[in-house]
Amino acid sequence: MNPSLFAARIGLSRGWIEFRQTVTNAQDLLFTIITTGALVLTLYFQRGSTVPGLELSLAAATLPGLLGLSLAFNGVIGAVGRLSVEREDGTLLRAKALPQGMLSYLVGCVVSLSLAAICGVVLVLAAGLFLVPELAGVGLGGWLTIGWVTVLGLTATLPWGAVIGSFARSPQAATGLSMLTFGGVAAVSGIFYPITALAGWLQVVGQAFPVYWLGLGMRSALLPDAAAAAELTGSWRPWQTLAVLLAWSVAGLLLAPPILRRMARRETGSLMQARRERASQRIG
Amino acid sequence: MSATRELDGDLNVMKASAAIELSGLRMSYGTNEVLRGVDFSVSRGEVVALLGPNGAGKTTTIEILEGFRVPSGGHVRVLGTEPSSGDERWRARLGVVLQSWRDHGKWRVRQLLEHFGRHYVPYAAAGRPPFAVDELLEAVGLTPHAAKRLSRLSGGQRRRLDVAIGIVGRPEVLFLDEPTAGFDPQARRDFHDLVHRLSDLDDTTILLTTHDLDEADKLADRILVLAGGRIAADGSPDSLARQVSRDAQIRWSRGGEHFVHTTRDASAFVRGLFEQHGDEIGDLEVRRATLEDAYMAIVKREEG
Repeated sequence: MNPSLFAARIGLSRGWIEFRQTVTNAQDLLFTIITTGALVLTLYFQRGSTVPGLELSLAAATLPGLLGLSLAFNGVIGAVGRLSVEREDGTLLRAKALPQGMLSYLVGCVVSLSLAAICGVVLVLAAGLFLVPELAGVGLGGWLTIGWVTVLGLTATLPWGAVIGSFARSPQAATGLSMLTFGGVAAVSGIFYPITALAGWLQVVGQAFPVYWLGLGMRSALLPDAAAAAELTGSWRPWQTLAVLLAWSVAGLLLAPPILRRMARRETGSLMQARRERASQRIG
Repeated sequence: MSATRELDGDLNVMKASAAIELSGLRMSYGTNEVLRGVDFSVSRGEVVALLGPNGAGKTTTIEILEGFRVPSGGHVRVLGTEPSSGDERWRARLGVVLQSWRDHGKWRVRQLLEHFGRHYVPYAAAGRPPFAVDELLEAVGLTPHAAKRLSRLSGGQRRRLDVAIGIVGRPEVLFLDEPTAGFDPQARRDFHDLVHRLSDLDDTTILLTTHDLDEADKLADRILVLAGGRIAADGSPDSLARQVSRDAQIRWSRGGEHFVHTTRDASAFVRGLFEQHGDEIGDLEVRRATLEDAYMAIVKREEG
């Protein structure tokens, strides 16, 4: 078999093993429960209220945005955290010392991070089935839309997380900074309140990032067509959603490999040691 | 004449089969010149220890040989390939054990070793298959811990796993950067046995750095001392010790009194001692300059 293909297959099993580790590890599990729990709690408190002017519970209107948010969050922050931590602890260097190790490492990362992100979507959806009665009325077309939005959501966010993780000097700085940025973007992406309520220039900023479009895509899948009236142009804009998510995906997928290669090429044991010493000074 | 020609022939054979070759290797970080012309070569199957004070550039040298760092200048070949442009096929013939890792904490010992071992399968040369995982676990004494998570291993156990991962592909050239740091005496002895087995049975070329001179003495066919940015000494442990001093110190006691004498020919002196005093001699001890004496003298000379 072609060695690259062989390494990619090793990467698949690596990703599966790592995914299993995150769902059987108490610390990771707690993190998932808390973050997903917060989203579900939001839905729980909104289940009684209705959206003015529409026959729609507030929970039903919020749920799709939460799906988009959790997808983008798991994609970006997951990749940032993974790469910055694994540069420091030596995982990356270990991969570098193996024949085709970087390939199997990257395939493993993509698989395990994607599975974790999909798991997040499924968890929120599962909670939604109990709290949001409207979900029962979603047809096949809606579920297919959830499918393609999820896939594009991953390709639009994972590579960018990897790029940020490659530039970071320390895992703490990387996750801290990207959380802040992510929070800022999420705030103007119409997840918790409609983007139409924001100032015009904030609407432009919001629409420049994938989070808004992931939310919009999910709303188009899960809400009745009448709800489109509350959106910016009064429509679901599926083609624009597709175009923006594709653009972010293509740009990220073009940019990430050379940046990752450059970062991996520079990675050495002594660099890792130096970073670790800085880290222990921070703690000590 | 014929003897000289034979010797020449031998040297050529040695050169052709050199696993590692370095000449004029230079490395600077900014204005700080760490390596200023390092020359040495390691033949196939040889075990060589690279010694030197902290900051002498041992790790830098090893990282250049592993292809992890591009040198500022000089000629470097590992298995006939320039490390910075080595491909995956070349990489598969090397084993690397770096100074410290704390990665893959959630993986289990056996699981990780199997995962890494699989990477070598497409590259395995005939007669050099990757190690069987169970055999390897046994060899590094981790069989009882095979199902443990890496985060639960002690420092010494973790280090033994690092060594196992380094050799799982049955490498032709193995780089070990301070492999026995944190080992207890038993683990250290087991590790030495393993190195001997790798070198004797698999003809593995091994380059290791260590601060433990006793370990270098036991393991290495040859010792290199890196000091002042170049190789300050190159030879067998014995020959290095002899370079410092050919004298031996002899201690003995007779009639409750203790004596010390320094001489070049210890055997003749002791023979004379027994001829003269016979059974009266007690507590006899002959001590030659050790590798440690030699090392200290060399480093002092280079840095002084």
